[in-house]
Amino acid sequence: MSNWEPKIIAFLCNWCSYGAADLAGVSRMQYPPNFRVIRVPCTGRINPKFILSALRHGADGVWVSGCHPGDCHYIEGNLYARRKFALLKNLLEHTGIEPKRLHFSWISSAEATKFADVAREVIRTVKEAGPAQHFIKKQAEVA
Amino acid sequence: MEGEAGNFTAKLKSEPRFIDPLRCTGCGDCAKVCPVTCVSEHNCGLDRRAATYIRYAQAVPLVFAIDPEICIGCGLCEKVCLAEAVKYDDQPRYNDLKIGSVILATGNEVFNPSDFDTYNYALLPNVITSMEFERILSASGPYRGHLMRPYDREEPKKVAWLQCVGSRDTHHCDNPYCSGVCCMYAIKEAVIAKEHSHSGMEAAIFFMDMRTHGKDFEAYYDKAKEEGVRFVRSRVHSVEPVGDGDLEITYADETGEIKQEIFNLVILSVGFQVGQEGMELAGKLGVDLNENRFVKTESFAPVATSREGIYVCGAFQGPKDIPQSVMEASAAASASSLLLNDVRWTEAKVKEKPTERNILGERPKVGVFVCQCGINIGGIVNIPEVREYAKTLPYVVYVEDNLYTCSQDTQVKMAQVIKEQGINRVVVAACTPRTHEPLFQETMSNAELNKYLFEMANIRNQDSWVHSGDPTQATEKAKDLVRMAISKVTLLEPLKESELGVTRKAMVVGGGVAGMVAAKDIADQGYPVYLVEKSSQLGGQAKKLFQTWRGESIPAYAEGLAKEIENHPNIKVYLNSELKHVDGFVGNFKSTIQNGGEPEPVEHGITIIATGGKEFQSEEYSYKKHPRIVTHQELDQRFNENDPSLRSINSAVFVQCVGSREPDRPYCSRVCCTHSVESALELKKINPESDVYVLYRDMRTYGERELIYQEARREGVIFIRYSLENKPQVEVVDGKVQVTVFDPILQRSIRMQPDLVTLATAILPNETDALSQFFKVPVNAEGFFIEAHAKLRPVDFSTDGVFLCGLAHYPKAIDESIAQARAAAARAATLLARDSIFFSGMVAFTRPIDCSSCGVCVSICPFNAPRFIETGRDAGKAEINPALCKGCGLCVASCRSGAIGLRGFDDSQIFAMIDSV
Repeated sequence: MSNWEPKIIAFLCNWCSYGAADLAGVSRMQYPPNFRVIRVPCTGRINPKFILSALRHGADGVWVSGCHPGDCHYIEGNLYARRKFALLKNLLEHTGIEPKRLHFSWISSAEATKFADVAREVIRTVKEAGPAQHFIKKQAEVA
Repeated sequence: MEGEAGNFTAKLKSEPRFIDPLRCTGCGDCAKVCPVTCVSEHNCGLDRRAATYIRYAQAVPLVFAIDPEICIGCGLCEKVCLAEAVKYDDQPRYNDLKIGSVILATGNEVFNPSDFDTYNYALLPNVITSMEFERILSASGPYRGHLMRPYDREEPKKVAWLQCVGSRDTHHCDNPYCSGVCCMYAIKEAVIAKEHSHSGMEAAIFFMDMRTHGKDFEAYYDKAKEEGVRFVRSRVHSVEPVGDGDLEITYADETGEIKQEIFNLVILSVGFQVGQEGMELAGKLGVDLNENRFVKTESFAPVATSREGIYVCGAFQGPKDIPQSVMEASAAASASSLLLNDVRWTEAKVKEKPTERNILGERPKVGVFVCQCGINIGGIVNIPEVREYAKTLPYVVYVEDNLYTCSQDTQVKMAQVIKEQGINRVVVAACTPRTHEPLFQETMSNAELNKYLFEMANIRNQDSWVHSGDPTQATEKAKDLVRMAISKVTLLEPLKESELGVTRKAMVVGGGVAGMVAAKDIADQGYPVYLVEKSSQLGGQAKKLFQTWRGESIPAYAEGLAKEIENHPNIKVYLNSELKHVDGFVGNFKSTIQNGGEPEPVEHGITIIATGGKEFQSEEYSYKKHPRIVTHQELDQRFNENDPSLRSINSAVFVQCVGSREPDRPYCSRVCCTHSVESALELKKINPESDVYVLYRDMRTYGERELIYQEARREGVIFIRYSLENKPQVEVVDGKVQVTVFDPILQRSIRMQPDLVTLATAILPNETDALSQFFKVPVNAEGFFIEAHAKLRPVDFSTDGVFLCGLAHYPKAIDESIAQARAAAARAATLLARDSIFFSGMVAFTRPIDCSSCGVCVSICPFNAPRFIETGRDAGKAEINPALCKGCGLCVASCRSGAIGLRGFDDSQIFAMIDSV
């Protein structure tokens, strides 16, 4: 358990946060390798089912990051995403999923430092929550 | 440069970079080993860079160069560069260019305040320029965005901004003009610094006039005041060091009392000036500069220089902000393209479209190409392990790794392999799709494969570069990323880029100056234009104005322009007409013009909205209660008519901000201060003995307009400031006009009985509802249209094919309206110049059988791509117009019936990636 490392799925929008992740690389900023990034055109593309599916398939946390309000490449997709995400987070908390597993942020393509900082913070809080077991049925029950 | 407009020959010298940009992969190993450093220009000297460098991390293209000034020639960078890009013997290159026109967009420099001895910029590390502070606040700056002061890297608790350093100043420097941007950026810096602060930083801005005259700027200013930014009306006298790095400011407040205050950091809001290089360039090209050393232009031709065929835009033309620079840039493009009309497309090379192999029904055969990127990936990630792992994954038929997958020879080989192996899906595990996807997709096209059957795994920027301390985990992550990419790519399908014909005709709505200029530019480029004007004649507001601040007659210009429009063979003018109905979308609009009784249907590819504005008519200040109380346009009318009664005016008062900058109309109308000063000067010219007063809140004679403000003061015009809380009174007493105002310098009320009171009333937008509905373009609370991006796309709408200019966008001066109109014409021409346009294959589509006709997609799409099918079997269901769809996927994620898919990012593909993590 002591060397357990969480697996976190990050949905990053192509225009801002994915760019920030690239720039963090160009600037050689270091952060732990817990993320698996899925690139989406816009955070507005993210169906809440993606997040549920990620948790069900064993991800310990999910991080959604898009453009700052007002900077969306598609005008306002990020605002719709924020609304959906707020509702989903409430719902998941209601069903017993720790809010610490779910993260939402705005990071522009120039904010590499912020990307690395938020990445570390997301990993830290997901670690606090421990391995996700909510969706994993015990072997005996399945059988 | 030799020759003349339409036929120049320019000699171009390109300085050597010493690193081959075609070979450089931007990995930065050269900069890491470089043993010498110098101050970084980009970070304003606040940190250092190596001799091998890129100016900043976001540079395009991302390729390095060697600074020969500081390189010691040690040879280390050449040794570490596996791409063999370093070329120590690189030479300057000379090119002769045959060109028809030239655009000067060289910008200018910021003022260096070292000579301001009382501000001690050169001596005190905690007195910095606003540009240096921009770098400090930047996440990619020297302090990584942490709010610190240079002297001791402590977070400042109290910061002061001093405005107009190197602007509106002829004592310390020769810059009488206002730089036009510093008030706004100082407010922005103060607000952002407060956000970055951990301890509730105090911000104070010392200013003379707060010039927030841009769109939405006044609201930002109001918000900053609410957030606790302190605004002090004063010109600061001196900055002296006190304590350990702190600074004492001495200033006189409005009542003349001398005050002292201590700050931790002082920021000098420096302005623009044309530097030596700019002046030399103008001399070389034979372009005249004006008295402020900006390129000389006229109000009615804002981007034309004194030499025909050479155009100018941006800060070299005059001080201005980003949106105005962007507008001028497009305006210069339009102006210069008129010279090139005859040769359009003559030097364009048509790319042959490669044939495409039909892969329908084939089992996925995935080829995986893993890149070592020299040691950038290969030095951290165990490439052979990733390669061997990829071979074990389903549908993978071929795997190889390369030193540099992006190099030319690898690309040739890759195309060959794709053909030989019958590969029908490609995964490249390398850097980032944001820079390299197009390159690999082109290789796929060359290999006769649809370019959408492609996916990248980002194992450099998001793996080896950021996890260099943990090779094992980095390798595991690379394997995961490759597996995810493969699981997605197997589900991808070939996509078609739909082609759509363009009706090469334009519709311009509004026949004022903006509409006419836009129509003329498009017509001059050879495209037919329908110009629709509501009233019975062309000209709009311009007919009611007198002259520009430079003294050019506006009605004469508008009349001349209207004649040209009426006689233009490519322009059909519809007077007393309105749009009644609009159908269609970019390239293919079908509209109905109601012209008298008969509606006339027309087809057009683009639309320009230039519906203009009008003068606000206020009840305030006893307007209409006395013939001697008039508005600006009424006074201009009398100037135009050369009214003899003007000669008998012995005293006149101008009241500013009538209906502007008030709680119920918060925006600044931008032009009224200049207008009043210009009219005041005209009254002084007619009767030099007259007393002229301007009652103002902030004088906003921005840019070079500041010069006529100075002239007015020299001529004896008296400026009295008032505040919103204590507005002047204009009353009619015993048949005479009486004005009472509190003078903050005398600290007492003054009563005047002037012969004339002119109200500088606000500019209102014209009625916009119908057009906003027709073209589905947004309007703000004040009734002005909202452009696609306030800074970067000031004439576009988010709806493709619809453009905006003139007062319908925001109040502006005539030179700015003309620039924006020409910009709109240039943007429109990018569509009109082509027979057809292609759209991305990555668009959304509906499955009508699943659609419940709820209309969510129709209402949320910012681009109006979804609509209800009107006829046929699927009537009432939604469909998506691929020509309008931008592929954001908002509707897909919001469809409650799961009836919408997104090509290239479909649910199944994303689920496959999630499943395989």
